[in-house]
Amino acid sequence: MNAAPPDEAFRVEELLADVMARLIGDARHVAVGMASPIPAAGALLARQRAQGRLLVSVLQGQSAFTDGGRELFDCAGQGRLDVFFLSGAQIDGQANINLVCIGDYQHPQTRFAGSFGSAHLAFVVPRVILFRHEHTPRTLVERVDFISAPGTSPPGIYRPGGPVALITSRCLFAFDRQRSRFRLESLHPGHALDEVVAQTGFAFDVPDIVPTTIPPSVETLRLLRERVAPEIAEAYPQFSASVFAQR
Amino acid sequence: MTSICASLDEALAVVTDGCTLAVPRETAGVAMAATHALIRRGIKDLNLVAVPTSSLQADLLVGAGCVATLEAAGISLGEYGSAPRFRAAVLAGEIHLKDSTCPAIHAALQAAEKGVPFMPLRGLIGSDLIAQRPDWRRIDNPFGDADPIVLLPALRPDVALFHAPLADRFGNVWIGRERDLMTMAHAARASIVTVEALWDGNLLEDDLRAPATLPGALYVEAVAVAAQGAWPLGLPGHYRADPAALRDYARLAATPAGFAHYLDRYGHERRAA
Repeated sequence: MNAAPPDEAFRVEELLADVMARLIGDARHVAVGMASPIPAAGALLARQRAQGRLLVSVLQGQSAFTDGGRELFDCAGQGRLDVFFLSGAQIDGQANINLVCIGDYQHPQTRFAGSFGSAHLAFVVPRVILFRHEHTPRTLVERVDFISAPGTSPPGIYRPGGPVALITSRCLFAFDRQRSRFRLESLHPGHALDEVVAQTGFAFDVPDIVPTTIPPSVETLRLLRERVAPEIAEAYPQFSASVFAQR
Repeated sequence: MTSICASLDEALAVVTDGCTLAVPRETAGVAMAATHALIRRGIKDLNLVAVPTSSLQADLLVGAGCVATLEAAGISLGEYGSAPRFRAAVLAGEIHLKDSTCPAIHAALQAAEKGVPFMPLRGLIGSDLIAQRPDWRRIDNPFGDADPIVLLPALRPDVALFHAPLADRFGNVWIGRERDLMTMAHAARASIVTVEALWDGNLLEDDLRAPATLPGALYVEAVAVAAQGAWPLGLPGHYRADPAALRDYARLAATPAGFAHYLDRYGHERRAA
């Protein structure tokens, strides 16, 4: 592995983890599902900033649960989980996510792993943060082929939670549940509006002035590399080694 | 009474063709040595239930042609990629899928555990999963006001099969923190458990161990010792997954011929004690 880059330079994973940590804000309990190293880094960074006042449950690793895998969902159903991260093979402009298949369900062209906990968590967790590193018309589509979890629900359906944001390798979108529509919140350094429009399969709102995503500070990079990297290495050794040059 | 079996095949006698078999998620104590024994026996038409997800175990059973129906919230090899035989079988229409979501499988097992016919679960409404699950029912919450909610029928497996650290000679099984194994065992008609080792004494007489111990006389049909019995998956607190073997699997199982080669290499040489 190469040595970690100098402080001025940062990797996109570090930028994304920083954005996620800001979105977590002053939550009390954040959980991260399986195979989610960047959200795990973001949650652990938020815990560093909260000086331990944030409970982080990393399902592939440390958690405070003692009643099995179901305890996460029981907690979420009760409102004891404030933030969760979900991804999708496809995510559409209404924040519907697809973790199942491309094409018709009975005769799919491609099959993915399955919906995991999304069909429950997307409803009951107050702040669901959507994350998809690959930002292309293939992943961000006008309409998903299969709805694992809907972005919004009609009135009368129990829905205390839902998506609030979508983070990709190019930008950050905020999600307006009332209008069921994304708004471009900021462009990551080095990315342009034209590019994001061209690479996004759905329509979204654009403010008059689009800010640039704040890059991670020297202090944030220090926390990520010195504190978060070793914490994350147990669950995600390959990720930690390649991103943070952690062995 | 629980049988303490000398061989895996003896312990697995109640796992018959066509039975509904519940297995735990990839990190919770998967009975891999027993799975290979079932594949060697040529078991078929399993209704496999992943609680609530599975990785190598489900992919092996599907690839070996043992599975008729698969109920799961997710099947993948995690960091090692998608589950290749699962994916191929779904695309070829070779297995019947009951696509679910993690808490639905947990809740349906909890209904069976309580002996009640169904369990309600929040969420789900508006997911395309519902259209694929005619066994799920949407009703109006009888205690609420115009509050639709989904009911899941109780899920009662014929057999729960898992791997745990310890059992004693009475058939009591110490599961540690993996409480989902307790729910699975309570819900199933019978449990078959492989363990790393037998414990001298009675686990139920140890106050620290007893709360994490499954009482054999009530739930456990058979126990067999299978040292490293979750390999190449890990057993929490005991050993980690074997990355080299899992990478090997992901590479070989990409083709039917490679999959057969994997079974030849790994499926036959690791017979348990």
